[in-house]
Amino acid sequence: MDEILKNFFNISIYIEVAPFLLRGLLNTLLLSALVIPFGLAAGLLVGVLSITLKNRWARALLAIYIDVFRALPPLVLLIFIYYGTPFLGWELPKLLAIVIGFMLNNSSYYGEIFRAGLESVPNGQIEAARSTGLSATQTLIHIQIPQATRNVMPDLISNTIEVIKLTTLASAVAMPELLRVARDAQSLFYNPSPIVLAAIFYLLLLWPLVRILSRFEHKKMGGGH
Amino acid sequence: MDLNALVFSFFNLEIAWEYLPDILKGMMVTIELGLVVAITGLVFGMALAVLRALLLRPLNFFIICFADIMRALPPLVVIMMLFFAFPYIQISMSAFTATWLALSLVLAAFVEEICWAGIVSVPKGQSEAARSTGLSWLQSMLYVVLPQAVRLTVAPLTNRVIAITKSTALGSVVGLSEVLNNSQSAMSNSGNATPLIMGAIGCLLIFIPVVLLGRWTETRFRWKQ
Repeated sequence: MDEILKNFFNISIYIEVAPFLLRGLLNTLLLSALVIPFGLAAGLLVGVLSITLKNRWARALLAIYIDVFRALPPLVLLIFIYYGTPFLGWELPKLLAIVIGFMLNNSSYYGEIFRAGLESVPNGQIEAARSTGLSATQTLIHIQIPQATRNVMPDLISNTIEVIKLTTLASAVAMPELLRVARDAQSLFYNPSPIVLAAIFYLLLLWPLVRILSRFEHKKMGGGH
Repeated sequence: MDLNALVFSFFNLEIAWEYLPDILKGMMVTIELGLVVAITGLVFGMALAVLRALLLRPLNFFIICFADIMRALPPLVVIMMLFFAFPYIQISMSAFTATWLALSLVLAAFVEEICWAGIVSVPKGQSEAARSTGLSWLQSMLYVVLPQAVRLTVAPLTNRVIAITKSTALGSVVGLSEVLNNSQSAMSNSGNATPLIMGAIGCLLIFIPVVLLGRWTETRFRWKQ
């Protein structure tokens, strides 16, 4: 018991590393704030394309794009971009490599969610909108996308939680986000309390979102309790 | 950059041949780990959901806490806790065990939530009717409630299993010689990006069939409200 307290919940170490970890947390939040909008925008584009493209070849290309980036583990994608591009003669800044990797990965996930949402909007809505004189683009922006977004809200939240959790991968390319900072502090103090503290920070950040999502999901399954 | 240089650093047959055994070995580890994680996570998660259906308050409190914590923590944090922090309290494990255990726990938490939502979605009258015909609690669960719940859960379960098996790449961070780690070290040994390409192709070979399987189950067991 003493050993657990000393190694996992060491208050004096907590106090010492808290400022660094908070800075790491801030980086995690900034990173999330950067990659989530990019992912959503790219995903919306992929979703809209997958319901509007009529050309067979274009559709096939899009399907391949989506499946390839759903199949590649995000860490593989990130390492590939970060360590592979220098061989092309480009030194990508870390942040750019991370943003590109996440955008490719997220565009296929958010894309599939938006596609499902757009398909769930009844045809009558579109026909009604068109017959009141809205153009196809106006219908898409004012009628289809808002309803689609509402219909797939739980999936969007769920994927967004996953994206925030994925920011830990940035530690693999030495980006000083929360997990990386905690790992460095652990080797510095020769005590794993910083990792435990980082885990507590992640819990505080993500637990409320997980709760909200649970409520949404039970509603969606039509739970009787 | 001219074409020859590009071929030399990305599609170098000599280097590809030299490191092929390493990459294949890594692929085997990835497949093995993915399979055991999927099995233990599914079994443990389903068992938790069934236990939760017993509606024992103190037990349910622990199950809900476990599920919430494991769904909120990034998997990489759990892996690092097990691999870097637990040795300080005299619990050491190999990189394979740490990755397996961490991913299984995370998967079990998600499986528990999905199955629980499925069980709750079966109207109460069903289990009451089953009990009143003389079936025991376990029988009514096995023959009446679970078969109805399963239909609703197949698609989300498959997606979750796919997502987790892709996370096996995280093992590379703690030095597990799976496909990403092997291709990365082959890259630094050879000073050439070809192994990285091979690793990415290896991942696609493993996960594209899995993604396609996921698509198939999604249409086969489409959500019916």
